Amino acid sequence: MKRRKYNSGPASRVIQYLTLILFSALALFPILLVISNSFKTRKAIFASPLAFPTPETFSLKGYNTVLLRSNYFSYFGNSIIVTLISLALIILFGAMAAWALSEYKFKGNKYLGLYLALGIMIPIRLGTVAILRLCVSLGLVNTLLALILVYTAQGLPLTIFIMQQFMIQIPSGLKDAGRVDGATEYRIFFLILPMVRPALATVAVFTMMPIWNDLWFPLILAPSEGTKTLILGAQMFLGQFVTDWNSVLSALTMAIVPVIILYIIFSKQLISGLTAGSIKS
Amino acid sequence: MIDGINHNPSFNTAGRKVGFFTSDKTRGYSGMSKAPPNSQYKQKQKFRTYILVFLAPACLVYTMFMIYPLLSSLGLSFFTADKAGNESFTGFANFIKLMTDDLWAPRFWGALWNNVKFFIVHSLVQNPVGLLLASLLVNQSLKGRTTFRTILFLPTTLSVVIVGFAWQLILSPLWGVAETGMALFGLEKYFLPWLGLEKYALTTLSLVSVWQFIGIPMMLFYTGLLGIPHELVEAATVDGASGWTVFWRIKFILILPIVGIVSVLTFVGNFNAFDLVYTTQGVLAGPDYSTDLLGNLFYRTFFGHQLQLGNPTMGATVATMMFLIILAFVLLYTYVWQRRVTSYEY
Amino acid sequence: MKKMFLLFFISSMVFTAALFATGAQDGAAGASDKVTITIESWRNDDLAIWEDILIPAFNKHYPDITVVFSPTPPAEYNSSLNAKLEGGTAGDLITARPFDASLILFQQGNLATLNDLDGIDNFSSVAKSAWITDDGSDVFAVPMASVIHGFIYNADIFSELGLTEPETEAEFFDILEKVKADGRYVPLAIGTSDLWDVATMGFQNIGPNYWKGETGRNNLISGKEKYTDDQYVAVWETLAKWAPYMSKGFEAQSYPDSQNLFTLGKAAIYPAGSWEIGVFNEQADFNMGAFPAPVRNKGDELYISDHTDIALGMNSTTENPEACKTFLTWMTTKEFAELYSNALPGFFSLGDFKLTLDDALASEIIGWRQIAKTTIRNSYQILGRGEPNLESELWVNTAKVINGTMTPEEAAKTVQDGLDRWYKP
Repeated sequence: MKRRKYNSGPASRVIQYLTLILFSALALFPILLVISNSFKTRKAIFASPLAFPTPETFSLKGYNTVLLRSNYFSYFGNSIIVTLISLALIILFGAMAAWALSEYKFKGNKYLGLYLALGIMIPIRLGTVAILRLCVSLGLVNTLLALILVYTAQGLPLTIFIMQQFMIQIPSGLKDAGRVDGATEYRIFFLILPMVRPALATVAVFTMMPIWNDLWFPLILAPSEGTKTLILGAQMFLGQFVTDWNSVLSALTMAIVPVIILYIIFSKQLISGLTAGSIKS
Repeated sequence: MIDGINHNPSFNTAGRKVGFFTSDKTRGYSGMSKAPPNSQYKQKQKFRTYILVFLAPACLVYTMFMIYPLLSSLGLSFFTADKAGNESFTGFANFIKLMTDDLWAPRFWGALWNNVKFFIVHSLVQNPVGLLLASLLVNQSLKGRTTFRTILFLPTTLSVVIVGFAWQLILSPLWGVAETGMALFGLEKYFLPWLGLEKYALTTLSLVSVWQFIGIPMMLFYTGLLGIPHELVEAATVDGASGWTVFWRIKFILILPIVGIVSVLTFVGNFNAFDLVYTTQGVLAGPDYSTDLLGNLFYRTFFGHQLQLGNPTMGATVATMMFLIILAFVLLYTYVWQRRVTSYEY
Repeated sequence: MKKMFLLFFISSMVFTAALFATGAQDGAAGASDKVTITIESWRNDDLAIWEDILIPAFNKHYPDITVVFSPTPPAEYNSSLNAKLEGGTAGDLITARPFDASLILFQQGNLATLNDLDGIDNFSSVAKSAWITDDGSDVFAVPMASVIHGFIYNADIFSELGLTEPETEAEFFDILEKVKADGRYVPLAIGTSDLWDVATMGFQNIGPNYWKGETGRNNLISGKEKYTDDQYVAVWETLAKWAPYMSKGFEAQSYPDSQNLFTLGKAAIYPAGSWEIGVFNEQADFNMGAFPAPVRNKGDELYISDHTDIALGMNSTTENPEACKTFLTWMTTKEFAELYSNALPGFFSLGDFKLTLDDALASEIIGWRQIAKTTIRNSYQILGRGEPNLESELWVNTAKVINGTMTPEEAAKTVQDGLDRWYKP
């Protein structure tokens, strides 16, 4: 009786749906507002910000400006390259380190773990000048590699921390079976890596967004036209005295859409990882 | 965070000690805990090159591009610079100045207090609502829960430029989005230009930040709740416990370690926050510094603004204080909270 | 699955290596004979003008020098420029704010002296005063433009309501009252959310009539006058009277909000800087007019803020000083002055040339120089180099006065106390 009340009573079921719908609406509304207004004339944006574009108020002027005045596709490519490669390195290096920390006992293990977690606590912007000097001496200024290295360093602490929690849970029987068969430790690592796939997806979702959305390091380390990222490019429309809200909203929309697509891709991974696990059980 | 458990539900994170710095293996309540520690096998070997190989890339990149730059900047807090930019050692003078000087102290303590309020709003709104949503989403029989989850996480993926812009537009007294919305419920007389009022601006921005980041605790709680074995819940239900009791007495207790992690992540995130205030309220975090957070004070001091040139040494002092505050909280978590939570282990 | 990860690993490694290689190639390509110089600027609004008009005009004379205009979003300019200067990656030419902010850059050795630059004498000592050392011995930037403060109004609303340009403050408030009584339009388009606009287009706009322009400004520097003196408190008192004529919820009204309010025809008067002209021309579909800040009493002498605002200096560590000097010299010519002033109506060239301006509003505003005495903002020279920063103090406290959370006297006292902390005349 009571169980049913908790799980599937019609009244509580309605309340559950209403709550979710309410919060979903709250989450979607501002995003839809930006997207819908990006298709309107400037007058219409302010006259009736809530209205959907109508034939009279429909305008692609903003998109026109964005596409004409900026190298949108080049920016987009840069963002994709930086985000995906950083992500790959974070996941690979992070998983390797987390594996070593959680699997092997060695002197200083605990302290190394602490050392690698320190980075969670300090804003990396503080180190900007030193990072810039480092990149200058390595000849990395205005290369995407500079961004990739910084983001990798920035993403590692949290990744290692999260991965460790997953790694400890892998049954030792599996690993020991491999070892009995004479597999090298590297082989065992690559054997268990797919097992923590949901962890990889979680880390990917959490670390991808700050990288994609970062404005600061592209500005400092790679501001040249050839290496500009999408968010830096979109920021160019927020000028000193700018009121060109068509362009701003269009640029913002064109920056939102790729993220949402990327997110949905990773989110599917995440879900399949989760369901795969529960089916097995 | 801990959704790996689903590969082998018998290893439940929920009951396991999840330390911030846990590096040794602590087994959960499951039967597997009797398994021999898997390190036995390796202790026979001498020097294990592969450990070095596994650790080297991460340590190298991390040390070079994070620790070294951060240390070299934090070190600046013990120096002071003259007009020509020559630096000289001053010991703790900068810290004393930051905390007692009548120009710096109000800004520092003001920002710290604002940060505490910012954190309180997140703790009271973001995390409970995140837990509520997670506990709704985890219900297997709920239709469309994948869609709901995707939608609810969406704001977390957005750039703060977009978030700031959208909410400024919504809350603007000029374009009337919020006011029109409130009028639907007859509440328009309660509309105020919140972002412009000293009394409300910080709370308003905290809520906008909650809106953006609620996906993170939601996901973490969600994965934690998914990992709770059915048998446990069913056993309790058979004993006649109500849904409410089952939730608080069993599920909540089991995800307590995640509550701890969420708190730590929220604290760290909040005390590093800067972007939202910067985008919506500008460098000076108006009105009258009422939305100034430590991150904004750091940024303004370190890099300067408009006619004020940056002061890297004082900026580094602010950052060092931020670091110490966060470290103190994390240590508190590790030694107090975590120790108490472990007592719930089976 | 294992293969997938191996593939993932290898491909990311290959990609990284490839990037290293391209990075190296870029470095090599930069060392060819053609010279490239880069301009740092906060004026990302002007990107198209530099790319389409100014740089091509320069390249007609000097085809071998490639000029790249590389602006930073204005909010990030100072911080990113400082970081780049420290890291040694700043561009060859650096857009300089006036007075103390740039002076410190010069003192730190970041900007080169331009004393012997050909054509620097095309600028009067007033024009150069914003980018020169206190003793007048070193010039470190080529002045580009000044901006003039005043009020821009919606002429259609004015004629509809039968209003005429005010000359005195009483007439000004009378107009505001009439617009308010009509009820359809916001009388005054300005808000306090962004702080700087009320200080710049409010305090520094109407203030010169109160402190008698340069006289008052110099007296503040010499210590003969203080912000707590009546004429300064009176500026804040007048600004406090603006509040009832501003839009509802002006506390949260940002600078772009104000611009939109005005250009969409919803507001009558916009407290302005001349830099708005370009944007307003593009966006407003009504007739506009402009008037200088009204005098306090009929017959008073008129003062306007004609603020030296923007200049271009040379990075002292540039690898191409000759090319930079060639470009800077070209910037001292009448050709540049004319191109720039017309491409950016409202940014008035500081060179000693008779210029013809195509834009009606811009020529009207520059005409005020004939009827008024000019001055610059009083928080920029000498008084802007200490902590707390005077300019920031004016921003914060002026906004508080208009918001009604501080009295004019309190604002005056706070500002003066801040100045007294470090400034001894």
